[in-house]
Amino acid sequence: MKQRRKISIIAAACLVVSLAASALVLHQIDQLRPQATRQEVLYLNSPTVLKRLSLGYNGLLADIYWTRAVQYFGFRHHNHADSYNLLAPLLEIAAHLDPHLVVAYHFGASFLAPAPPNGAGQPAEAIRLMEYGIQNNPTEWRLYYDLGFVYYMNLKDYPKAADAFARGAKVPDAHPFLRLLAAQMAEHAGEFETARMMWRATYENNRDELIRENAVEHLRALRVDEDVTHLQQAVTRFGERTGRLPTSMGELTAAEGLPPVPADPDGHPYRMTGEGRIELRVPDDFPFATRGLPPGYTPQPKFHSNSQ
Amino acid sequence: MNSRIVHIATNTFREAVRDRVLYNLIAFALLLSGAAVLVGQISIEIEKLVVINLGLTAVSLFGIVIAIFIGIGLVSKEIEKRTLYTVLSRPVRRWEFIVGKFFGLAGTLVVNTFFMAIGVFAALLYVSHHLVKSDALILVALYFIILEFVIICSLALLFSSFSSPLLSAVFAFSLFVIGSFAEDLRGFAAMAHGFTRWVATGAAYLVPNFSALNVVSSIAHGEPVTAALILHNTLYALFYAAMALSGAVLIFEHRNLK
Repeated sequence: MKQRRKISIIAAACLVVSLAASALVLHQIDQLRPQATRQEVLYLNSPTVLKRLSLGYNGLLADIYWTRAVQYFGFRHHNHADSYNLLAPLLEIAAHLDPHLVVAYHFGASFLAPAPPNGAGQPAEAIRLMEYGIQNNPTEWRLYYDLGFVYYMNLKDYPKAADAFARGAKVPDAHPFLRLLAAQMAEHAGEFETARMMWRATYENNRDELIRENAVEHLRALRVDEDVTHLQQAVTRFGERTGRLPTSMGELTAAEGLPPVPADPDGHPYRMTGEGRIELRVPDDFPFATRGLPPGYTPQPKFHSNSQ
Repeated sequence: MNSRIVHIATNTFREAVRDRVLYNLIAFALLLSGAAVLVGQISIEIEKLVVINLGLTAVSLFGIVIAIFIGIGLVSKEIEKRTLYTVLSRPVRRWEFIVGKFFGLAGTLVVNTFFMAIGVFAALLYVSHHLVKSDALILVALYFIILEFVIICSLALLFSSFSSPLLSAVFAFSLFVIGSFAEDLRGFAAMAHGFTRWVATGAAYLVPNFSALNVVSSIAHGEPVTAALILHNTLYALFYAAMALSGAVLIFEHRNLK
């Protein structure tokens, strides 16, 4: 009995030591082959072949591919990659394996279409994915919204965006704002207001954190674009009236009846350059802003919060 | 080495030979000679590549099947046939029985791999008419395959020490499949957050890592393997096998055999 106890203690000690040692050596092997755990490889890129190989467990495989797509995008975005070549095939495979995986279509609309570094810059693939989603989920009004969204935001194709929103408006229980969006697309008026409405709807109708953060970042950038546009118009009006540029932001706001210290959504006051140009103080905080950026500034690809 | 362990290992080897395990070499020889003749006729400039890939993959798969299907029965078969009681009634300790069985099975696989390696080199010689210096890299791939067998043997024995042969086969084969994707698993773990990251990382380090041992494809393209990788893979296989064997000993020591 005593002998058995001794052997058990030695075996247990060996087990613990070997486990720790094997983990340590494995960690060193990973250091020797750093690319091994970061392989961005699509072993099989045919959804049909994968469906056959899944032996009927295509739902599970779709979930795996969906997770891979999110991780692929998240990892590359986090590392400031400027291309996302596998995103479209990964989403396509996930969607074909499970055509009712609606979140994959939403993700595609948000991150396939926008230009790099904030997306894959493949609006055609995004549209194809949306159309496939609509074909398989004709009663899902959010997919029509996503389709119209891509046409409007990324391609500025107003007739097609209006058509997508109008098709979505016909779906039973569709959100009423689709009809409104269809009308606004037809006359493409009130750009800021329309864009704000769309990003807000994206935020409210999605549960995916990445998509929601992306929407928040766009809403913040929209507010900056609108503020800078109004302030720049005020500078122009001031110049036309007085024949000179305002000497300070205070003079401009006092003369134009604006709030005394106009500030961006983070509370940093806008600044005015000697040439009368309105600029953001911390442009890196607004990666999607298109106005108020210093000349030659390159936006940094990042989301508002560090979710990666 | 302890003479009792040597005796058990020798008997395990003999038993495997008696069970006609080495007959798989005939199937291997047929496969490889058929492939060598075939690729010589239909492949253009990749005959050598095909023979190396096919040959080494076959060595690995044949060996893994043998390791799993022999390994899972090493303990349970002895209990079923009641030969275990005869062995343990002699001055043989339980841990010696487990370790002896492990060396016997590993030895069988090494001998098997040796003959298969001769087959691979013969097929290579047939398709390329001569051997070059870089072909020696195949020996590294074969060595890594043997390390793979060492891990699989220890796992099969671990499962065999407490489970039925069928379940042991399922467990061992599942771990082989998971272990082949171990690097992807660690990649996923690295991208997770919080508690999930800890659990995923723990699981990723617990399952065997066969990805680093699989260098068949790079060897086929003549890419060298660093000495550091050979050393680390050797240490990893030895530590992992020691861990699984310790687990098997621990379980078997406390198993009620009545």
